[in-house]
Amino acid sequence: MAKLQSSFKNMLLSLTLIALVAAAALAGVYMLTKDPIAAAMTEKQQSAIMQVLPEVEGDIRIAEAEESNGVTLYKAYVGEEWIGTAVEASTEGNQNMPFGGTFRLMVGFNNVGDVVRYVVLEQAETPGLGALMSTWFCNPDKPKSNILGKNPATTNFSVSKDGGDVDAITASTITSRAFLEVVVRAYNAIAQQPMLIEKVEVEPAEVFVCPNGNDPLECAGRGCAEQYCLKQKGGQQ
Amino acid sequence: MVYFLIFISAIFVNNIVLSQFLGICPFLGVSKKINTALGMGAAVLFVMTLATLVTYLLQQLLNAWGLGFLQTILFILVIAALVQMIEIILKKISPSLYQALGVFLPLITTNCCLLGVAIMVASGTYKLPMGAEPGLLTGMLFAIATAIGFALALVLFAGMREQLALAKVPKAMQGTPIALLTAGLLAMAFMGFSGVV
Amino acid sequence: MKNKALNTVLNGILRENPVFALVLGMCPTLATTTSAINGMSMGLATTFVLICSNVVISLLKNLIPDKVRIPAFIVVIATFVTMVQLLMQAYLPAIYEVLGLFIPLIVVNCIVLGRAEAFAAKNTVGLSALDGLGMGLGFSLALTLIGAVRELLGTGSLFGMNLYSETYGMLFFVLAPGAFIVLGYLMALVQKLLKK
Repeated sequence: MAKLQSSFKNMLLSLTLIALVAAAALAGVYMLTKDPIAAAMTEKQQSAIMQVLPEVEGDIRIAEAEESNGVTLYKAYVGEEWIGTAVEASTEGNQNMPFGGTFRLMVGFNNVGDVVRYVVLEQAETPGLGALMSTWFCNPDKPKSNILGKNPATTNFSVSKDGGDVDAITASTITSRAFLEVVVRAYNAIAQQPMLIEKVEVEPAEVFVCPNGNDPLECAGRGCAEQYCLKQKGGQQ
Repeated sequence: MVYFLIFISAIFVNNIVLSQFLGICPFLGVSKKINTALGMGAAVLFVMTLATLVTYLLQQLLNAWGLGFLQTILFILVIAALVQMIEIILKKISPSLYQALGVFLPLITTNCCLLGVAIMVASGTYKLPMGAEPGLLTGMLFAIATAIGFALALVLFAGMREQLALAKVPKAMQGTPIALLTAGLLAMAFMGFSGVV
Repeated sequence: MKNKALNTVLNGILRENPVFALVLGMCPTLATTTSAINGMSMGLATTFVLICSNVVISLLKNLIPDKVRIPAFIVVIATFVTMVQLLMQAYLPAIYEVLGLFIPLIVVNCIVLGRAEAFAAKNTVGLSALDGLGMGLGFSLALTLIGAVRELLGTGSLFGMNLYSETYGMLFFVLAPGAFIVLGYLMALVQKLLKK
């Protein structure tokens, strides 16, 4: 077949035809993948919820999502018995902000408020550095940084540099502060629920104050050398 | 203040070339002379601002009609058409610049920082400093700032390569490899900005 | 004939390797190679688009008038990219999330348009498919190699398997500057080896 000439009619015809076929093909693929995409997204959410809940016998039933204090609660029941809550919380609303935008966690608590497990749903921290948070706070070999099985009501969930009980990720204190604050906010949301008896709301992780009177965020920005600020703080004490 | 921070963030902290890896092809290709680098930077600034505006508005239509899956195909066509237009205009008003950029202007179409920024702004998934909400105004500012960041990286790199041309480089390292290493050092310098905003 | 087919495939993998020899498609090469798996997934997604667009463009080459060939090619490529995007979102959501923006950006990968223009528009369907395969494999191999080096130096593992303690990993290589430097050295090495 001879090659079509570049006449106006030919150009218009062939482009229109190609665009039509392309649109039709795409619409077809879109229809085919629409349901699997939606399923994949729910599946991801569900599997994250199931991963962080305590392991129990019997079928776990998850109640409708509830919004509370800027976090989302998924209460889990076996039969009528409440066994724990998965909380989806992000750094939005935090006082301690991380370095690279926000991140979202799914944190699971059992029915007395101990942290069961957590999953990092979304994060934009420096790859390698901030990303360490998905393994750092759940390492059984390092009890000082492991938060699993600990209760924010009895353990001080702030980094040890700030006088807390949890070791920060090496070289990522900022990320660690933000991470722990998210966990504490998640805890506070369920601590307000009447079912959690005898649990008092804990103070949010101490916000770092620069002794030089700088904005703490500027201080955190390493421009004002975080270590320098801390040294000043130590010196005054 | 927030708008100022958008600029700092997009130009220095999250520089499109050196930390987001978009627009590497022109970064390596058009960076042998400072003059061409400036021209390319200006062209990208112009196209990116226009393209982002048009694609943002189109995205609202796509969302309204539930045709989100046509995003990629539509955006690339809009950008291609815009580039073609600019090529024609440039040919008329500044033949000398057209001659310097002639080869590279069509390449702007396949410059991924344009499509990348258009998609990021339209779907609201770009890095903003605290307190800024994605929207038309922030999106436009982000696009302008990103283009300036692109131009800055390009011009800095061109300056380094002009010097590099005089240096003795081992044979296997000549050309792209040494350019990449230089870019690596430049990226390292830009890492120093991380956490500023 | 058989020789020619083999040559077409090998051409893309070795002599005209898109990354190391042609220096095309640098953006995904640098951005998605934080680990060997990520690099490989990106390479394979690009391979799929390359083969499909090469075949279709080669089939349509006589139906497309010369003056509008670039827009026509772009539409074809963008269609396949969107398909990959939708399919990955549906069936490989985890990888899709990692590669994110760089999947739609396959559209502007110079290799795809470059091969459409330089090869598929002039050759038969079979050869174009093989050229797409060769180029795609060459690209995938290069990305996997870079990803492997960065992963090994940066986090001490390879394809997700831990080889030595992460504590000794040089994070630098996973971060942005490391990408430039690893690619620079690998390219120099390839140039050196090819010269001899």
